[in-house]
Amino acid sequence: MSKSPATRELARRERPLSPHLTIYRPPITMTMSIIHRITGGALYFGTLLVAVWLMAAATSQGAFDWVNWAFGTWLGRLILFGYTWALMHHMLGGVRHFIWDTGAGLEKHTASKIAWATLAGSVVLTLVIWVAGYMARGA
Amino acid sequence: MSGNKSNDMRTPMAKVRGLGSSHEGTQHFWRQRLTALANIPLTLFFVGFLIALNGAGYAEVRAALANPFVALVMILFLISGLYHMRLGMQVIIEDYVISEGLKLATIALSTFFTIAVGVASIFALLKLAFGG
Ligand code: HEM
Ligand code: HEM
Repeated sequence: MSKSPATRELARRERPLSPHLTIYRPPITMTMSIIHRITGGALYFGTLLVAVWLMAAATSQGAFDWVNWAFGTWLGRLILFGYTWALMHHMLGGVRHFIWDTGAGLEKHTASKIAWATLAGSVVLTLVIWVAGYMARGA
Repeated sequence: MSGNKSNDMRTPMAKVRGLGSSHEGTQHFWRQRLTALANIPLTLFFVGFLIALNGAGYAEVRAALANPFVALVMILFLISGLYHMRLGMQVIIEDYVISEGLKLATIALSTFFTIAVGVASIFALLKLAFGG
């Protein structure tokens, strides 16, 4: 804290900052890394839905009907759809981690391609699951 | 590992244990991977099971969950998935919670949450399997 006036003057001057969040376009690998964490966290709390469903099935017709109704509302379906996507994206992200763990796929352009592939794959798998689900229901 | 003996601050005991500054070596990392690997087939089973069950009523769902194979795989899915997510949440907490006390408390809370979800779910499955 014993800076000379000259040093303080320098410190006050406008300095260029390294690429900053407001002007930094995140590469796809970074975005997918963040999404892996967010989906992991969402899945963490989403296990409550699994627990509630199992407990309702083990309890009574009334409890089961109530949970079925709640999951079937548009909000319930939206949450379950989101949960499906989070699960599929996180699973493919995990496979990506396994590829990296072997030392492969770390080259910049390869890593970006795999990152896009996890995103595309998760969307496709989610849609396949929901289409198959509605087909199983016969509606 | 390098011949850099004079600069190495580690005690001989620390070198033999090889656990590093975390005191647990690669155990956390390894268990996260092991459970992640198990989660892949278990998740696919779970998703397939739900697709097959879509639109099923109370009696049908109960009968499906009471099937011994389904119940076993569901319990494995719960154990592996919950253990995995507790490990994962620990890393997230360690990254963002700075105060040492709050960090310990949050991790403990996360462990309680995990166990509560697991015990409730597995109890429900056992109840269905062993007589309504
Ligand atoms: C909104 C801003 C940001 C968020 C929310 C964020 C979030 C995260 C998360 C969640 C991870 C852990 C991912 C994982 O463990 O799989 C991570 C890792 C990392 N982030 Fe960011 N990040 C941000 C900005 C940045 C920026 C601007 C940089 C550098 C230019 C950066 C560089 C890194 C690096 C190098 C790692 C890996 C660290 C390690 O493996 O220990 N992040 N970030
Ligand atoms: C379906 C198969 C799954 C695979 C292959 C998988 C894979 C992984 C891997 C490899 C990591 C470590 C990432 C890293 O080191 O940065 C991880 C983190 C995590 N996983 Fe999973 N996982 C799966 C399912 C789940 C489920 C079902 C949950 C929760 C219910 C979950 C919750 C988490 C959480 C909370 C993290 C920590 C995220 C972070 O540190 O950024 N995962 N997962």
